[in-house]
Amino acid sequence: MNIENIKSQFPIFSKKINGKPLVYLDSSNSSQKPMCVINRLNDFYKNEFSNIGRSIHSLAVNATNKFEETRESVKNFINANFKEEIVFTKNATEAINLVATTFGQQNIKEGDEIIITELEHHSNYVPWHFLRETRGAIIKFAPINEDGDVIIDELKKLITAKTKIIAVTHLSNVTGTIVPIKEIVEIAHKKNVPVLVDGCQAVPHIKVDVTDLDCDFYAFSAHKVYGPTGVGILYAKKKWLEKLPPYIGGGAMISEVKKDKIIYAKLPEKYEAGTMPTAEVITFNESIKFMESIGIDNLMKHEKEIKNYALEKLKKINSVKIIGNPKNKAGVIAFTIKGIHPHDIATILDEDGVAIRAGHHCCQIFHEKMNLTATARASIGVYNNKDDIDMLCKAIENCRKIFDLK
Amino acid sequence: MDLKQLYQDIILEHGKSPRNFGKCEGYNHDAKGYNPLCGDKVHVYLKLNSGKKVEGLTFEGEGCAISLASASIMTELVKGKSFDETRDIMNAFLNMIKNTSEIRSNHLDEDQKTKLMSLSGVKQFPMRVKCATLSWHTLISAMEGKKEEINTETID
Repeated sequence: MNIENIKSQFPIFSKKINGKPLVYLDSSNSSQKPMCVINRLNDFYKNEFSNIGRSIHSLAVNATNKFEETRESVKNFINANFKEEIVFTKNATEAINLVATTFGQQNIKEGDEIIITELEHHSNYVPWHFLRETRGAIIKFAPINEDGDVIIDELKKLITAKTKIIAVTHLSNVTGTIVPIKEIVEIAHKKNVPVLVDGCQAVPHIKVDVTDLDCDFYAFSAHKVYGPTGVGILYAKKKWLEKLPPYIGGGAMISEVKKDKIIYAKLPEKYEAGTMPTAEVITFNESIKFMESIGIDNLMKHEKEIKNYALEKLKKINSVKIIGNPKNKAGVIAFTIKGIHPHDIATILDEDGVAIRAGHHCCQIFHEKMNLTATARASIGVYNNKDDIDMLCKAIENCRKIFDLK
Repeated sequence: MDLKQLYQDIILEHGKSPRNFGKCEGYNHDAKGYNPLCGDKVHVYLKLNSGKKVEGLTFEGEGCAISLASASIMTELVKGKSFDETRDIMNAFLNMIKNTSEIRSNHLDEDQKTKLMSLSGVKQFPMRVKCATLSWHTLISAMEGKKEEINTETID
């Protein structure tokens, strides 16, 4: 697939925003959808719709097979060992909550420690905070340095005999820091501590191989990987899913129900109670095919080129400051402009059709650490090109003009 | 939508050099406001005299041009007003942003109304309305002597 023409596969880019062509630089928030994904969702509802599971009619059998095909694709895409290690949830947040709740029930007592980092999105902090509230767990924050890199030696020092789990992001949604997960997992496993990875930002942009990483849990969302909303993915080593209790109770997650006892279903159904986002899970297979048709290496090369171009151009604009300078940085660029609040930047850019995000990006711990209340963030997707970056810079110049910055 | 209407010169000017910024001498009421969506914070300091009228009003905080300008203009307009008059002005302001497009209050003169109308551009940018209203809600909270912080996610 030719990456240069990829924009044409995304119908939204033929629309005008405020009379201007759309320059979408908010992919860290959610990605736009290619036609193949939109068509698949439509086709499924039009021609194939049925719930999955126990019905015997043809439509149900087809839907069940297609649903399981996505599971197989996800397994291959992130190189898991078994299909049963892939659990579908509502989103990555729910996937992390699933682990925090069930792991917490079984393993966390008062005074036990959970290590997270100062880079975490709220979705990889709040679920652990619940364990602090309900079970008296202690949360320790592995510090980051000024560049936005996790200080691995400091993280290492935080591990004690009471450490029960480490939860860490694979790729920061503010600084674009690519965290050395493999190294962290090795350190943790030496002390018999399992590791959960929040892979929301990583899966759409870098190669993810959970077997190579050797992490215990890996969570991500379909909607950031050019897929539909409503689908999260939890990868967990089989030994954990077998051992941990179920999360949500109801239909489909049981194998036998009596008045005095209930036997839960086998994996992965044990964790998929009730009607799932059937159409969306089935559609997500198209997103994976889309990613594979580009090739992750090509995608990474392309996004790196656009990121480097963006950094180079942004650094030349007076009063623009890029937040963080990590060793390995993906196409997530948080910045500030001296004299203009990020919210004003976002409003003014939007008038030029440039969609960015402003705020704390659900990372208040990071912003507090960096002494910032908010930042503007431009994040790159596979469809972005150098013209988009030129437009971003032009819109920033317009901002500076409105605010009369020299 | 019109950026020029949102970022009028008076807004930019107040945003850049907010009036009555800092703690006011001898304040006897204060309240904090917070917008969790963007992290904007405002702290309002109020000195009510024995007749329960606003003798001094200042604010501190961080925020966008809209929120700073709105707070700055507010501190200028409610000096000398009673609690009821302040509330009436705030309601007129909120009403202007949300519904009427004009300021209906007997407690402001035409120049003051014009000044407040400089924030009318916010009407076209629904995501920014809370930036403009945070300081006002915080002021009312200070007047009522409420202890808890005003949070834009829990007010209208």
